[in-house]
Amino acid sequence: MIKTVFTVFAKEVIDNIRDRRTLASALLMGPLFGPLLFAFVINLSIERSLSDVEITLQLPVIGAQHAPNLVRYLQSRNMEIVDAPEGREAAIEGVRTGVYDVVVIIPEAYGEQMADAMPAKVELISDRANTTADREARRVRKVLYAYSQELAAIRLSARGVSALVLRPLNIDDIDVSTPSGRSGILLGMMSYFFIFAMLMGGMYLAIDTTAGERERGSLEPLLALPVTRDRLILGKIIATCLFMALSLMLSLVSFFFALKFMPLQQLGMTPNFGPDVVVAAFFLLSPFILLGAAVMTLVASFTKSYKEAQTWLSVVLLAPTLPILVVSLLTLRPRLEFMFVPSLSQHLLLIDMVKNEPVNVQHVAISVTSTLILGALLTWLCARLYRREGLLG
Amino acid sequence: MIKVEGIHKSFGDVRALRGISFDAPDGKVTGLLGPNGAGKSTTLRILYTVLRPDEGSASIDGNNVVESSLDARRCTGALPHGAGLYPHLTARENIAYFASLCGIERNNIEERVDSIVDLLEIRDFADRRTKGFSQGQRTKVALARALVHDPQNVILDEPSNGLDVMATRSLRELILKLKDTGRCVLFSSHVMQEVAALCDDIVIIADGQVAIDDSADGIREQTGCDDLEDAFVAAIQTVKPE
Repeated sequence: MIKTVFTVFAKEVIDNIRDRRTLASALLMGPLFGPLLFAFVINLSIERSLSDVEITLQLPVIGAQHAPNLVRYLQSRNMEIVDAPEGREAAIEGVRTGVYDVVVIIPEAYGEQMADAMPAKVELISDRANTTADREARRVRKVLYAYSQELAAIRLSARGVSALVLRPLNIDDIDVSTPSGRSGILLGMMSYFFIFAMLMGGMYLAIDTTAGERERGSLEPLLALPVTRDRLILGKIIATCLFMALSLMLSLVSFFFALKFMPLQQLGMTPNFGPDVVVAAFFLLSPFILLGAAVMTLVASFTKSYKEAQTWLSVVLLAPTLPILVVSLLTLRPRLEFMFVPSLSQHLLLIDMVKNEPVNVQHVAISVTSTLILGALLTWLCARLYRREGLLG
Repeated sequence: MIKVEGIHKSFGDVRALRGISFDAPDGKVTGLLGPNGAGKSTTLRILYTVLRPDEGSASIDGNNVVESSLDARRCTGALPHGAGLYPHLTARENIAYFASLCGIERNNIEERVDSIVDLLEIRDFADRRTKGFSQGQRTKVALARALVHDPQNVILDEPSNGLDVMATRSLRELILKLKDTGRCVLFSSHVMQEVAALCDDIVIIADGQVAIDDSADGIREQTGCDDLEDAFVAAIQTVKPE
């Protein structure tokens, strides 16, 4: 029994190691796709959050000569006053067409109104539908409000009133999230990358087991051998599992190194993703390997051709996201019953680990056993279906 | 020794076999002859146990193909129609894989593969990966694979399909060699001349039924046709379609 299963397993491993497509998807695509996309997203959000403070904003101001103090204030807030379009109409047109992100107009009457302590009109032209431009506009708006507040305070003091009158509320915003906790939000998608990489690693092997062998014409000679079909399918599924495990391991390791190069601290995040977590994550996710292999083999066995199998399996690749997506959208906390749902339980537990929160041992036990049992059941179903005549197509 | 007794097989509404019976004894070559769609492949597939008959029974060396299918397969080497190889494995690895699955001891596999490589004269390309092999080369390797466990019964489904003259000739020699060593060889074809040149017994089937089961001479006599092709046509017309 074991010898036959091993023979099939060894042949599948050699066969697929020699197949560039399988190798690329198992060892390259899956493990690299996640970290690359992740690095891209992280860098994008870092760039965005940095632009607020550190990058000098080029601000076109019409009529800057009317408000030298305001201009100086803007400059002190890291804004550079640049040449503005001629006139109000041109400014509006410029913002609408996206030539300018934001334009400030200081009318001639500004000085006079200021001297009279009347509300001095300042126009801010922006396009709120344009998200990048709106970010700049918001920054300018904030500075203008701050200037306005500052002037108000000075005017009140000049009249012998405490500036505190303007602050009836003293709002203190306390954020209880830890740097590791904040990582959880962004690293939430990480667990899916691992499952994705894992499935990618075994996809071509799963197809090959039925649709591939059939299309090549090697299935019938194989089934005519004095071997029970259970052993054939078992050997093939174990080989699929090996490639999936390899892919998972590589993607965990590549993530470990990728995180080292991502300036996450700048975003106020310190994900707990050391070597010990890498190992723990592997064992946490590995029960999903058998389940994934069985599901992919099962789906592929119903297809008529390699192409059709590929199409259906790309749907399978997305399926594990569904429960994750639902729970993320509803921002549900880990609960006992979630642990019975494969992919979701792995996702929730992994997030806890990355957030450096205590992991519930009971949850882990349920996640591991329920996923394994489901995987074993589906493997058994694969074997049952491998016995049917329709397999030959 | 292959025995087929009254097997029926339907695929949905299509009645592929309607009571096929014949014997293929040891030390003889039996040809299964019939037009396209007559049920040749279905019959052979039932014999090498990838399909199950709806009715009737078949046995190989006394092993029922349904109840003791594993034993039936153990004494059978099958070459299905259009048998494919594993393109990333060499010819030798393809054969060794089957040898190992057939339960040949690890130590004996190499020796066994070597002898079958010699028997089929495929040494020239035995260590090349089979991707890009010609049809003739592929058939030879597939045949070697089917024969690697030295089966008593050999079932070949249209083995000469796509082979050139030289390859067909060496296939014929191989079949005669198998017959001389007392094997039971059953093969299907739709080419009358090929069957006539090789077979001791010819089973002509049409519309899922046996039209005639006799030697070449016996068929000529029964149909009253001197030309075998005419005899073939006459024979299949005796079967009434449903």
